[in-house]
Amino acid sequence: MAVEMERMQCLLKIQELSFVTVDLNLYLDTHPDDVKALEHYNKAVAELMVLRKQYEEAYGPLTNFGHSVNYGNTWRWIEHPWPWDM
Amino acid sequence: MWVYEKKLQYPVRVTGKNVGLAKWVITQYGGPDGELGASLRYLNQRYTMPTEKTRALLNDIGTEELAHLEIVGTIVHKLTKDASIEELKAAGLAGHYAEHDRALFYVDANGVPWSAAGIQAKGDPIADLTEDMAAEQKARATYNWLINLSDDPGVTDTLRFLREREVVHFQRFGEALNEVQEMMQEKKCY
Repeated sequence: MAVEMERMQCLLKIQELSFVTVDLNLYLDTHPDDVKALEHYNKAVAELMVLRKQYEEAYGPLTNFGHSVNYGNTWRWIEHPWPWDM
Repeated sequence: MWVYEKKLQYPVRVTGKNVGLAKWVITQYGGPDGELGASLRYLNQRYTMPTEKTRALLNDIGTEELAHLEIVGTIVHKLTKDASIEELKAAGLAGHYAEHDRALFYVDANGVPWSAAGIQAKGDPIADLTEDMAAEQKARATYNWLINLSDDPGVTDTLRFLREREVVHFQRFGEALNEVQEMMQEKKCY
């Protein structure tokens, strides 16, 4: 249970930062020359990469098809829980 | 190509089993103004968008809608997975049970299945972007009514997030529409 709490807290930080990148992405689609927004986007991406690596080392890959490294000796992609059961 | 992320875009915390609420919320899964229709509409219209901005926007909002589809699906799944047959019957979901057991299906709040007849791709970017703006407003209104119906604070919280996204998408589509209109004005002057 404690492990699950830790996982969800780590995931929540990723969800928050990931949301920043989604929202900025849509904004940049219609404001591609906004330098401040670009800087903000790149900063969020750099932070997100660090958090994702930490999460994936502990709980398995967040993405498949070559976008995440599988840490550990088994294929962790198939492990429970899937998002709809978290 | 799409990349799947093994996480929800926004968390779904339900207080407990709630079959009645699930019966209404499912309209944003498979109803006429729901996330499936939104995603398929935008991803399909993107092929004939005329500018860099509009192609990217339709692609990206169409993709975000898939994440919303997963969120709505998760709400319905969590609210119904432990429901007894008696509870399903009491909520008016005996028909759903007969067809699908506790599986999700692309239906509206009255059990009517999703149909491509509810979306369009006109090939005219003004017509398509205007439809997209209307679609966002209809989805926002639906989330409003669902929030009014919800008696689960966790579900309400997630519905509020989804409602807010409709507002942001409407804003972005409006900017895209302005760009296309300006482009067409310039063409006429030329």
